[in-house]
Amino acid sequence: MNGLREGGRLASGHSVGGRPKSGLWAALRARLPRRGLVISAPYLWLGLFFLVPFLLVLKISFADSDTTIPPYTPLFSFDDDSSALQITLHLDNFLRLVSDDPIYLLSYLSSLRNAAVTTVCCLLIGYPMAYAIARARQHLRPVLLMMIVLPFWTSFLIRIYAWIGILKDNGLFNNFLIWLGVIDQPITILNTQTAVYIGMVYAYLPFMVLPLYATLEKLDVSLLEAAMDLGARPLRAFWAVTLPLSLPGIVAGSLLVFIPAVGEFIIPTLLGGADTLTISTQLWSEFFANRDWPMASAVTVVMVALLVVPLMLLQRAQGRAEAQR
Amino acid sequence: MSNGAMTSSGVIDGFVRGRWFLPTALICGLIFLYGPIATLVVYSFNESKLVTVWSGFSVKWYGELAHNEQILDAAWLSLRVAVASATGALVVGTLAGYVLSRFTSFRGRTLFAGMVSAPLVMPEIITGISMLLMFVGLEQAIGWPAGRGVLTIVIAHITFCMSFVAVIVQSRLSGMDVSVEEAAMDLGARPVQVFFLITLPLMTPALVAGWLLAFSLSLDDLVITAFVSGPGSTTLPLVIFSKVRLGLSPEINALATVIITVVSIGVFTAALYQYRKGKSLG
Repeated sequence: MNGLREGGRLASGHSVGGRPKSGLWAALRARLPRRGLVISAPYLWLGLFFLVPFLLVLKISFADSDTTIPPYTPLFSFDDDSSALQITLHLDNFLRLVSDDPIYLLSYLSSLRNAAVTTVCCLLIGYPMAYAIARARQHLRPVLLMMIVLPFWTSFLIRIYAWIGILKDNGLFNNFLIWLGVIDQPITILNTQTAVYIGMVYAYLPFMVLPLYATLEKLDVSLLEAAMDLGARPLRAFWAVTLPLSLPGIVAGSLLVFIPAVGEFIIPTLLGGADTLTISTQLWSEFFANRDWPMASAVTVVMVALLVVPLMLLQRAQGRAEAQR
Repeated sequence: MSNGAMTSSGVIDGFVRGRWFLPTALICGLIFLYGPIATLVVYSFNESKLVTVWSGFSVKWYGELAHNEQILDAAWLSLRVAVASATGALVVGTLAGYVLSRFTSFRGRTLFAGMVSAPLVMPEIITGISMLLMFVGLEQAIGWPAGRGVLTIVIAHITFCMSFVAVIVQSRLSGMDVSVEEAAMDLGARPVQVFFLITLPLMTPALVAGWLLAFSLSLDDLVITAFVSGPGSTTLPLVIFSKVRLGLSPEINALATVIITVVSIGVFTAALYQYRKGKSLG
C-alpha cells in the first residue's frame, strides 16, 4: 500500500480527478519499474563507490600488516582441515592507537583542538559579516553573498599557497609590520600553529557565513522592535533576541566548519611546522610513507567515529531547516 | 535611536547603519578573503625570482609558464578529467537530487539521503583512502580497474561531486511549482515526457550551476586524487602541491592568476546567465 503514496507527489493529485481506478493502477504499474530505475541508479553508484569503500576500510582496519601488496592480510580465510570459515580480527591496530605510541592520541587531540579553535574564530569573524549582509540594503545582499562565495570557487590549494608568501619571515606581513615600525625583527609565523589557524579560518569562513546569513535573513524584525520598544538597548536586544534566534545558523555553520576541519590535510602540510600534529598528516604518512594500510585504516575508522556525533547533529540540523521551509 | 517617531524599519536601519561596527567587520572580512588572492595576482607580474620582493613589472613568468611541459600536460589532463567528472556527476547527481525531492518515501531513503550528503562534509582524506582501498579490492576480485589512472580519478570525482549537484538540483526542485508538471500529466504526458519536456528545462539554471561547481571541484581536488591516481596520471593540483612543498615559485603565481582569471570569467558568465534566466522567467 505504501507504493501508492510512493507513486510520487504527481500521482496523488490525480487520483481524485475522476479518473477510473483501473487507469490509475495501470499508470502506477507502468511507472513503478521506471521509478525503481531512477532511484537505483544513484543508489547503486553511491553504494558501490561510497558505502562499500567505508566498509572495506572497517574490514582492513582489523587486518594485520603484510609486506606483500596490498599490504594487509585477508580477514576471511578458509580452513581446509575443518572446512570452516575463519575470521581473523586483529585488534592490534586499535590497541597501538591508544598504547605505546602517544603520537596518535596527540594527533587526534591536536586535530580536535585545531577544528575547535577554527570554529570559534570563524564564528567570531563570520557572525558580524553575516549580520551585516543580512541587514544590508535588499539589492546589495546577493552581490555581497556572491563575494563571500567567490573565493570558494577559486583553487583551495592556491589560496593556501598565497598565505606562504604573506606569512614567511621576509614575507608581506612582516615587511608591512616593519614598515609600520611595530617590530624591527621579522616574527616567525609560517610553519607554526598560528599559521595553521590563520589558514584554516581563512579557508572555512564562507562555510560559517552562509548558514548564519540564511537564519539571520529570515529573522523576524518585529521581535527586535518589540524588544526595543520594551526599552532594551541594542546590545541587550541582540543578546536576548537575535542571538538565540540565530542559534540554528550557529549550530549548522559550526558543524560545517568543524567536521571538515578535523580532517584538514592541505593547510597543516603547507603552513604548519614540524610541531604541527594532525590526524590527517599522520594518516598520510602512515599510508604513503610507512605503507601500513591496516594501521591507516584503523586511524581512519577512529576519525570517522569521532565525527559520527557531529555528522548526525548536522543531518538533524539540516532536516529541521528543511522542515521549516 | 531614542527618536520615538521613527518608522519600524527605520529603527532597525538606524540600529545598524548608524553604527560603524557591522560595515567595518564586513569590509575587514572581505579584505581577509580577497587580500591573499590579490597578492598572488600582483606578484605574478613581479620581475624578481624572489616571490616576495618587488623589483619591477614583468610578464616573463607567464612566458615560462607557457613553456612548462609538465604544468601544461597536467593542466590538459585536469581539464579533461574535470569535464568528464562534471558531466558524470551531473547525470548521477541530477537523478539523486530528483529522487530526494520527488520520492518522499521509499525503503532506504534515510541511508540514501545520508550517502548523498556525507561527501559534502566528510574529510577528503577519508574518502580518498576508502576509494583507493575499494579500487585495489575490486582489482583483486575481478581484475577491474587494472591499475589506477584517469578512470579511477574520474570515478572518484563523480562520486564526491555528485553530492553537490544533488543538493543544488534538490533545492531547485523543492522550490519549484509542481502544478506545471501536474498540468502536463493531466494533458496526458507520460512521466518521462514530463521530465524531459517540463522538469528538465525548468531545472536548467540548477544544472548549469551544478556542472560548473562539479567542474571546479574536480579541477581543484588534491587529496582524493592523490590516493586514486596512478604514475601516469598527474593532475594539476598534484603538480602544484609538489612544487609548493619545495618552496615558492613565481611560475605558480602566474598559474594561479590564470586560474583565478578563468574561474572569475566562468562564475561571472554563469551569474549573468542565471540573472537573465531569472529575468526572462519573470
